[in-house]
Amino acid sequence: MATEPQTAIEPKADRPGVLGTLRAALEHLGGWVLRVLIRLGYIGRFAVAVVRFSGPSFARFGLVMREIYFAGVLSLVIISVSGLFVGMVLGLQGYDTLVRYGSANALGTLVALSLLRELGPVVAALLFASRAGSAITAEIGLMKATEQLAAMEMMAVEPIARVVAPRFWGGVISMPLLAAIFSAVGIFGGYVVGVLIVGLDSGSFWSQMQSAVDLRDDLLNGVIKSFVFGVAVTLIAVFEGYDAAPTAEGVSGATTRTVVTSALVILALDVVMTALMFRGI
Amino acid sequence: MTGQTVVQLTDLAFGYERDRPVLAQINMSVRAGQIVALMGGSGCGKTTVLRLIGGVVRATAGEVRVFGDDVAAMDQAELYRMRERLGMLFQFGALFTDLTVFDNVAFPLRERTNLGERMIRDLVLMKLQAVGLRGASQLMPHQLSGGMSRRVALARGIALDPQLMLFDEPFTGLDPISLATIGTLVRELNDALGASSIIVTHDVQESLNIVDYLYFIAAGRVVAQGTPDEVRASEEPFVRQFVRGEVEGVVPFHQPANDYRSDLLAADR
Repeated sequence: MATEPQTAIEPKADRPGVLGTLRAALEHLGGWVLRVLIRLGYIGRFAVAVVRFSGPSFARFGLVMREIYFAGVLSLVIISVSGLFVGMVLGLQGYDTLVRYGSANALGTLVALSLLRELGPVVAALLFASRAGSAITAEIGLMKATEQLAAMEMMAVEPIARVVAPRFWGGVISMPLLAAIFSAVGIFGGYVVGVLIVGLDSGSFWSQMQSAVDLRDDLLNGVIKSFVFGVAVTLIAVFEGYDAAPTAEGVSGATTRTVVTSALVILALDVVMTALMFRGI
Repeated sequence: MTGQTVVQLTDLAFGYERDRPVLAQINMSVRAGQIVALMGGSGCGKTTVLRLIGGVVRATAGEVRVFGDDVAAMDQAELYRMRERLGMLFQFGALFTDLTVFDNVAFPLRERTNLGERMIRDLVLMKLQAVGLRGASQLMPHQLSGGMSRRVALARGIALDPQLMLFDEPFTGLDPISLATIGTLVRELNDALGASSIIVTHDVQESLNIVDYLYFIAAGRVVAQGTPDEVRASEEPFVRQFVRGEVEGVVPFHQPANDYRSDLLAADR
């Protein structure tokens, strides 16, 4: 910028020309890309460290059980209630559409496929990120802010092995189970609306569902999705907590980032996995 | 009562950022059985010295020797073996908030030893008895006062019978009774364990009562040192100002700044 020729109309020495502005914009973009790449590399190394230090989590499974309780069992209420409501809404909307084509009996199929393939894994993961993911980030972040992680390190105990890995595996194990419960309760919600309220035949509701749902294409793919979401959400949650600035502001920012990043990653991964899994169906 | 050198810092320098050194040249040593105080104003790098001794951060120049070994040359496993012989008390205790008092003290025993639960129970109760808090073993950390938290942390710090104790501001924010209690405990436990201790603090009076030797740090250097009696009698300007808590002296009250008058008038121009 200093080499730009100055004109009489632009007397200020520090006013950037077009090239200068372009250069500044490029520098800004380059800086942003570099920061993103560095952070991705850091997350990658962190993920490797979590797996590397996972030994104690399995040797002392009680550590993971405790986290399954906090991340999984304590999420049961929100997962079940949400699943019921989503299933009931699916029942209402599905019936409203299907009855126009005289195929209201296919309601069971619609509810089951929607839940098992998409809504179960995705909505359960979104709820899991906001209920358990944010709690994991806040807890680890506060442990860092109050020097608990530093104290552990000074006691010759690796914090990633003792604090991060059990929470990671607790989340990874909980997530598919929560998604399964979400789908099961959701199907029951669809049954309540379709059979008990609207009055569809119970036999055709269940039998159509049974014949349409495929174990591998629908059920297994749904489980794979929820497992991938579990890995992604829990990794983001433990990383943000571990990486949080050790202040009140740092922890609150990290908690927000966990929920926002998780939501975006869940939806992006869902697009990719759906494209791969259900292309030929 | 003093024996071989436990900690030796030689020409130690450190900075978190390249152009802003926290420590410029620190030379100090701690012998077996000694309690050494590290004093200096807030933010002068006292706590950083503890972090360097524990191997949490590495020196940019100079050498840190703990138990005769160079900390910079240690790999992760050696560092952890060295830390097993260290006990550290953090400024506000750093107790694990999800564990009871009992489980906090048991933590290092469960993580670093193969002792059975019955043995661990006995050891934990003995450590808690030593700090007078056996009756609080089932409380959670949030139910403790600041002084009690510090005592539990002390019990946890001595759980593995360390040979070197590091104290980061153990007296900060305590009432006079708790402060004297912690001070007495530090001295008694150090002597009972046959350990050495380094106390980072700016509480002059309490330190003079319990320590064997003091180092004063300012601007990243050791500016004065001596036994409590030597410090009390010292005519060195920095030591006098620090010990007596005088506002003006070699450490100025004001940060270096532009001329006061021209700063005030600058807004009117």
